[in-house]
Amino acid sequence: MEIDPFIFRLSIFILSIFIGYFVVWSVTPSLHTPLMSVTNAISSVIIVGAIIASFSSLNGSNISFSNILGFIAVTLAAINIFGGFLVTQRMLQMYKKKKKENK
Amino acid sequence: MSANLSSLLFLMTGVLFILALRGLSSPETSRMGNFFGIVGMILAIVVSILSVNIFFSNLIYFIIALSIGGIIGGIIAFKIPMTAMPQLVAGFHSLVGLAAVLVAVSAYYSPDSFGLGTFQNIKTASIIEMGLGVSIGAITFTGSIIAFMKLQGLMSGSPIVFPGQHYLNALLGILIISLIGYLIINQSTQIFWMLIIASLLIGFLIIIPIGGADMPVVISMLNSYSGWAAAGIGFTLENTALIITGALVGSSGAILSYIMCKGMNRSFLNVILGGFGTDSSSNNTKETSEQKPVKSGNAEDAAFLMKNASSVIIVPGYGMAVAQAQHALREMVDKLKKNDVKVSYAIHPVAGRMPGHMNVLLAEANVPYDEVFELDDINNDFANTDVAYVIGANDVTNPAAKTDPKSPIFGMPVLDVEKCKSVLFIKRSMSPGYAGVDNELFYRDNTLMLFADAKKMTEDIVKHLD
Repeated sequence: MEIDPFIFRLSIFILSIFIGYFVVWSVTPSLHTPLMSVTNAISSVIIVGAIIASFSSLNGSNISFSNILGFIAVTLAAINIFGGFLVTQRMLQMYKKKKKENK
Repeated sequence: MSANLSSLLFLMTGVLFILALRGLSSPETSRMGNFFGIVGMILAIVVSILSVNIFFSNLIYFIIALSIGGIIGGIIAFKIPMTAMPQLVAGFHSLVGLAAVLVAVSAYYSPDSFGLGTFQNIKTASIIEMGLGVSIGAITFTGSIIAFMKLQGLMSGSPIVFPGQHYLNALLGILIISLIGYLIINQSTQIFWMLIIASLLIGFLIIIPIGGADMPVVISMLNSYSGWAAAGIGFTLENTALIITGALVGSSGAILSYIMCKGMNRSFLNVILGGFGTDSSSNNTKETSEQKPVKSGNAEDAAFLMKNASSVIIVPGYGMAVAQAQHALREMVDKLKKNDVKVSYAIHPVAGRMPGHMNVLLAEANVPYDEVFELDDINNDFANTDVAYVIGANDVTNPAAKTDPKSPIFGMPVLDVEKCKSVLFIKRSMSPGYAGVDNELFYRDNTLMLFADAKKMTEDIVKHLD
């Protein structure tokens, strides 16, 4: 009997939870705020779903309800992607400046 | 692009995101990590554009949507003050939640373009995943909005409780599960929307009873939810990048929630059920407090004490963030260092309104991160320290947590501030802290209370240090 592809995805999911568990425990507590902002930014990878929704059977003139929702979702995800990564960068930059001054 | 190739590239996105989190294990590698994250995101966007059937002229809509979002996000990222990070993160979580809901609704109405079947005839596995994704997404959305409003001060930070609250929540929880069940049998539009509305409602209801100082747990929890929502959508769309990312973010948020709960010695359930600080047990401690004498001092006394000390530990808390006192504080520390005073900072895990909040504020004020210590690393040093400078913290220094089993905060790990030769405690008034517990530290012989705004007092001390 063939294995359902769902089982493969479930395996990836479970193993990723374990990777996340070990990786996040190794994050230094002083970087917990950047950790939150960067996890926020990467969870906006949901934009891939928004892209499919935006372009599903879209052919110029007839834009469906799904397409509109897709475009709104792209915009929301984009706010998060740009905002999340940039604010993380800004914070991490602060941890750098001090390092230089210290030397 | 072939489905196999795009799957491999999505897997690579997942790997890059793992490296992004891995980079945060030390400040030196963290910027490289963030770079990996950005590369992973660009890869994911490019691959998904190349794998949908696209009319080239329609790409312009996508670019417009991306640019609008990008500009808004960019402006927010550069303008936001560091003290407002908690509400920013809460606001961003709500966007992830809403995006998840929109994608799920879109997939429900046009399942063919996602390869999930046809309208109201979606594959069983997909409709379950979709139901879970949309529900968690909706909870994340409204929950984060409430958290944002509480943190931004748009609504009261105190817990909102009413009779029957827990029953209502339990009822809604059961309703949501049964609606997902119904959705599998009968994929009707009404049930789908009822599920969304019930989830939006419960997201709102579970956050309103949680008070301001429990926000570190709430934000971490919503962080976790936004991850699970992304994973749910990832299963629906059969997309590896989303599944991996969702799992990473979900477990990250769960770990942070656990760390925050441990920092308060409370169970997760206890925080979520809310209403802390409203119970009657805290009232009896207050009665006796009024008569006790308190030594209060001014900036000059404080400056004199610290100038003649050989070591000082600074204990910052949420009050420092509110008063925006971090820059003044750094100035004071610079002056002290010139007088050969050894200065370090002690951070309690739940100081502030989100995990690591104090560290970021100190980093903003250019405090070197090797002078900043976590509770476990510095707690033994208080006994050998001359002065503790408590700025905007309260409950996390309360010795009652160690000595008084009747205290609501008993058992919470606290900073052993009272072991210092003298304690300088900046506070605006004698009012008890968030937990509604009186701090016996105020009445100790070695404590000098400085009644003022944290920033103003620190600035005054700086003047007197010259």
